[in-house]
Amino acid sequence: MIGGLFIYNHKGEVLISRVYRDDIGRNAVDAFRVNVIHARQQVRSPVTNIARTSFFHVKRSNIWLAAVTKQNVNAAMVFEFLYKMCDVMTAYFGKISEENIKNNFVLIYELLDEILDFGYPQNSETGALKTFITQTGIKSQSKEEQSQITSQVTGQIGWRREGIKYRRNELFLDVLESVNLLMSPQGQVLSAHVSGRVVMKSYLSGMPECKFGMNDKIVIDKQGKGGASEEAAAGKSDLGGSGGGGGKQSIAIDDCTFHQCVRLSKFDAERSISFIPPDGECELMRYRTTKDIILPFRVIPLVREVGRTKLEVKVVIKSNFKPSLLAQKIEVRIPTPLNTSGVQVICMKGKAKYKASENAIVWKIKRMAGMKESQISAEIELLPTNDKKKWARPPISMNFEVPFAPSGLKVRYLKVFEPKLNYSDHDVIKWVRYIGRSGIYETRC
Amino acid sequence: MTDSKYFTTTKKGEIFELKAELNSDKKEKKKEAVKKVIASMTVGKDVSALFPDVVNCMQTDNLELKKLVYLYLMNYAKSQPDMAIMAVNTFVKDCEDPNPLIRALAVRTMGCIRVDKITEYLCEPLRKCLKDEDPYVRKTAAVCVAKLHDINAQLVEDQGFLDTLKDLISDSNPMVVANAVAALSEIAESHPNSNLLDLNPQSINKLLTALNECTEWGQIFILDCLANYTPRDDRESQSICERVTPRLSHANSAVVLSAVKVLMKFMEMLPKDLDYYGTLLKKLAPPLVTLLSAEPELQYVALRNINLIVQKRPEILKHEMKVFFVKYNDPIYVKLEKLDIMIRLASQANIAQVLAELKEYATEVDVDFVRKAVRAIGRCAIKVEQSAERCVSTLLDLIQTKVNYVVQEAIVVIKDIFRKYPNKYESVIATLCENLDSLDEPEARAAMIWIVGEYAERIDNADELLESFLEGFHDESTQVQLQLLTAIVKLFLKKPTETQELVQQVLSLATQDSDNPDLRDRGYIYWRLLSTDPVAAKEVVLAEKPLISEETDLIEPTLLEELICHIGTLASVYHKPPSAFVEGSRGVMHKRLPARTGSGEGTECPDVGNAAGGSAPEAAPSIIPSQGDLLGDLLNLDLAPPTTTGPTPSTSGMQMGGMDLLGGGLESLMDESEPPHVPLRTDPPQSPSPQPPSPVYTHTDYTYTDYSHTDSPPDHSSTEHSPPAELGGDIGGSPAMGAGFGAAPAVMPASLNAPVGGGLGDLFDLGGGVGMPMGAYIPPKTVWLPAMKAKGLEISGTFARRAGVIQMELVLTNKAMSVMTDFAIQFNRNSFGLAPAGPLQVLTPLGPNQTIEVSLPLSTVGPVMKMDPLNNLQVAVKNNIDVFYFSCQYPISMLFVEDGKMERQVFLATWKDIPNDNESQFQIQDCHLNSEAASNKLQGSNIFTIAKRTVEGQDMLYMSIKLSNGIWVLAELKVQAGNPNYTISLKCRAPEVSQCVFQCYEAVLKN
Repeated sequence: MIGGLFIYNHKGEVLISRVYRDDIGRNAVDAFRVNVIHARQQVRSPVTNIARTSFFHVKRSNIWLAAVTKQNVNAAMVFEFLYKMCDVMTAYFGKISEENIKNNFVLIYELLDEILDFGYPQNSETGALKTFITQTGIKSQSKEEQSQITSQVTGQIGWRREGIKYRRNELFLDVLESVNLLMSPQGQVLSAHVSGRVVMKSYLSGMPECKFGMNDKIVIDKQGKGGASEEAAAGKSDLGGSGGGGGKQSIAIDDCTFHQCVRLSKFDAERSISFIPPDGECELMRYRTTKDIILPFRVIPLVREVGRTKLEVKVVIKSNFKPSLLAQKIEVRIPTPLNTSGVQVICMKGKAKYKASENAIVWKIKRMAGMKESQISAEIELLPTNDKKKWARPPISMNFEVPFAPSGLKVRYLKVFEPKLNYSDHDVIKWVRYIGRSGIYETRC
Repeated sequence: MTDSKYFTTTKKGEIFELKAELNSDKKEKKKEAVKKVIASMTVGKDVSALFPDVVNCMQTDNLELKKLVYLYLMNYAKSQPDMAIMAVNTFVKDCEDPNPLIRALAVRTMGCIRVDKITEYLCEPLRKCLKDEDPYVRKTAAVCVAKLHDINAQLVEDQGFLDTLKDLISDSNPMVVANAVAALSEIAESHPNSNLLDLNPQSINKLLTALNECTEWGQIFILDCLANYTPRDDRESQSICERVTPRLSHANSAVVLSAVKVLMKFMEMLPKDLDYYGTLLKKLAPPLVTLLSAEPELQYVALRNINLIVQKRPEILKHEMKVFFVKYNDPIYVKLEKLDIMIRLASQANIAQVLAELKEYATEVDVDFVRKAVRAIGRCAIKVEQSAERCVSTLLDLIQTKVNYVVQEAIVVIKDIFRKYPNKYESVIATLCENLDSLDEPEARAAMIWIVGEYAERIDNADELLESFLEGFHDESTQVQLQLLTAIVKLFLKKPTETQELVQQVLSLATQDSDNPDLRDRGYIYWRLLSTDPVAAKEVVLAEKPLISEETDLIEPTLLEELICHIGTLASVYHKPPSAFVEGSRGVMHKRLPARTGSGEGTECPDVGNAAGGSAPEAAPSIIPSQGDLLGDLLNLDLAPPTTTGPTPSTSGMQMGGMDLLGGGLESLMDESEPPHVPLRTDPPQSPSPQPPSPVYTHTDYTYTDYSHTDSPPDHSSTEHSPPAELGGDIGGSPAMGAGFGAAPAVMPASLNAPVGGGLGDLFDLGGGVGMPMGAYIPPKTVWLPAMKAKGLEISGTFARRAGVIQMELVLTNKAMSVMTDFAIQFNRNSFGLAPAGPLQVLTPLGPNQTIEVSLPLSTVGPVMKMDPLNNLQVAVKNNIDVFYFSCQYPISMLFVEDGKMERQVFLATWKDIPNDNESQFQIQDCHLNSEAASNKLQGSNIFTIAKRTVEGQDMLYMSIKLSNGIWVLAELKVQAGNPNYTISLKCRAPEVSQCVFQCYEAVLKN
């Protein structure tokens, strides 16, 4: 298991050092600094073995978190734990920075003591931790409070405490998708996928039992079949609408993962998503789709080398969604060679600028409606070089935000039951919002 | 409130001030002081001096302060064990506290205080806490058992904590179960044979129930534990799989990977025709792909694991090629891993896409990545035959870029393509040759040389090309040298007329001027082959090469199996078994996949492709080991471990420290550097009639895979050495060498059964010790200890027998900058009891660049130990600088004593008396002396002719020799007028010496 955990600033000075196992000595702290932080070469692996000691590291802004071990630990678990550690710290004191860590080092030690015991990760849900690890010193707790804390920390529903009350029961669902694309210069889709998240913010009283439904192809098909047979049994004539709710498309989800509150065995058996949510915000689900993705934009590049000292670039972008919808924060990034000496740009819409420090022409458009097209052309002057190496031609990348889910996912329902309290599903105010963002959206040129 | 100020106190009297503050009455001040102490501790300052003062703060009801004090305690208790006992009372008291958080804190901290003395005080509180009413305390106590076990395993067993821990597996609280499982798994790891975890269907059921309810971390502990279980049959296996599959949808990647591990393992037991088996396979792909959208560090772990999974079960991800395409901003470690998997997944169906991608990658900036991409293109060509042509043209395009490392990498892979598809793409050779000058990496140079040698007949100026490499022969790496040697020999065999000089040049460079044993050995083998039987040489050197395998860099099946059992862990990231990087007993236990059970067996057999499970060795894919391991395989094939007993190579291993000049150092050295000591043929020597088994030199010139050689019968790539029928070779090197080697093959049959050292030793002997004047045979001086290896002292020398006294004639040269004095010499025990008869007479100090010749008389009354080869002598020389060790071989003729002439009658009787089994026969080739001259020559070396008989124009000379230790050797030499081949039969009661004696005959007669 994890033998020790160190936090360093960018200079390699130790901010936090907690050793859990005897086999990790103080020299391990220095070994990591010398071999990784101060290493001359860029680190080529997040796992480093130095003198039979393994170091796992992640970096957050300029802070290094390193877990150390001499055993054959579960490597995936160590990284998951490091990320979790970052989440917990962020939840407690905001951004992970040298200053914040120094300001909260006592708290961090307290947290490390609680969430890692002898190198074994323990309950690390912030909701539970915040009930008994506080920055405001010790609260005098009654016996009931104490046992409530311990039962929550160790309980089946470790992420939610009992007795939460809201005057207004309300929940917000955000379907956040990032659409990824790699396209060849000829317009062939080399790879495309959507990775999406359903984020839920809930302000619900008691221990509400929730059920979430979406246009999952497997569920819809199943229901469609079931519905059809019921109709047949009822002797009704087939109206040809066998495909579930009329006109509603279903989507094929390649894979999805759930927050630990979701009952996985139930999902596996019935594909229904039921859970008792943590209070406040949580990421209910992550999913990935690869089929029938709506690609909101198409990028058509044209790069021409004119002699050895000049490049002509023309890029056309086309929006590909309902004209009534508006895409926002559109940005096209056209890479330029390192030896660029000057750029002239002409664009029909938005603003374009050559940014020498980033070696790219950045073209920004605030808004763009669906089914439109825009174009930029640029002349790039090059300095003659004797560098033999060819310019690698990085792909043209794009950023945008659209008010729909490129995967086609639709939330069908989110039902709330709280048997013990007197509010029903209808009393809960529910909001749904769809945001599609560009992930890595690249077209090779 | 900001705590950062605690980091900034760097005043001088700090400790003193802190002490005062810690003892302050004010609670706030105390707390501040403790915080300062902890901050100092963090940055590595030693604040252990404050131990008593900090511990005094322990008695507080302020939980935060208490935690800080505990933190301090955990850090320093070990350095202050006596003081730590002061804390015991507080722990014991805290374990009774009404607040479960405080009870748990106490038991948690207690276990971290690793002081033997206080462990026994902790047993009672721990026992109570294990049965605490509060689950939070119980789950903490469970881990504490593991902590205590780490400090004092015996105590834990004696106190019965293990049983209590086992009971906790049935606890009602899932987190308690999970921690108990974790603790037990860890303890079980250090007791590989104990039945601690005692997994049975009932306990498994409990674990599976807890799996649904506990935290994400708990799920990992349970899944990792489940993976160690072996189900009784395929049914149980299936039911566990069914209950584990839901975990594949967990948001925590570690849960997913651990679930994959359980499924991969238990799947082994499922019959393949089962529907569920197929379902399971399908279910595995999506979660694996999802792992690739995790954070980069986790992606890396996932990719390393996928690499294993793809090797074990390629069908799972065969349609998912696209997700492994590299993204421009992936970290380099993710890129490299993705590339590996792309190649593994490449198939006819997706090769076009893969190639297009690889071509893109080859223009990126990161050198390692580009190289790997180029190499990948070559691997695609080898793997997917249909794509070979496209791959080759892509590689040619890349060569046109003239980017140095791209070109070199491309040439390396094209060489492999040539081997895979002979006679198909040789038209590109011209293009390759254009780039000859730009190659500066050994691997690329070696590859290019291989190509030139292999296709010498198609390259007009092959000889010029190879000659150009020859100029800097000694500066090349071994890889290139070996390749160059082979290539030139090939060239010679293909175009013998024009390249004779070239081949002689390279052979002498490889054998005489090189001290690399691999190179020398290969050189000698070629030399012998060429000089004995050019036809055989052709068969060997130009043999058809076995095709190279499609898959490269595959992990060896048993290791793969073990690694599959370690999915998710560091072992799977390193692709090494845990024993390779974990110290101590942990992880030494090798895990294995379960065997398929009863109902599955019938269906398993036809599916050979998946039999990597170890059951079907013929299905094990042949593997191309990474290039580094390949050098020198040529000689290892049949000759067992390479040895270092020849005079020159042995010195390389001989430099050992230590002031002890005596046997000790030498003996330990022998144990290390010698092959297992095999008696020098205790069985009767072969009679000449039955052909001794010939050596099988399996020849691969571009040292590919030892697997393919050992597995396949070496019929096409080897040839047999038969003793030569004709005299001499028409090809020879320098006269001396030529003569030496002309005779060599005759030695081979006899030395075959002797240990390798003997065989190779002969070679060196012949290489070094030729050239003898009339009279006593004195080999020329050879360098025994090069200056490089002996801090500037060079020793060369020879042995002589002068007026009945054996002498070691040494030339000591000081090539260092400082004066050398205090010389002394000592021998290790040896076959004939040679020992210095007096001290080494170096009376004046040896100045820089000075040389001195010393003659050391030897006696034969020293301690005896049989050496291998028989005439090997290990020597230690001391001077004021150090002790140096080397070994050399003496001609056995110097042991032939002057009174070695036997009476005729005695000779006859003895000859008859010695059993025929002890007779060995040798050929001496290319000797143009008549029997008279031969007899005279031999007499000079105390080999006495007793009688001569002439039968049908053939002279039979009967001779006797007496060794210094009283052994008699009888000989019959057949000399036929006009035939330069002599036949010699030796009879001796100690047949081991025959070989050496024969060598002397040869050496004496040829000079």
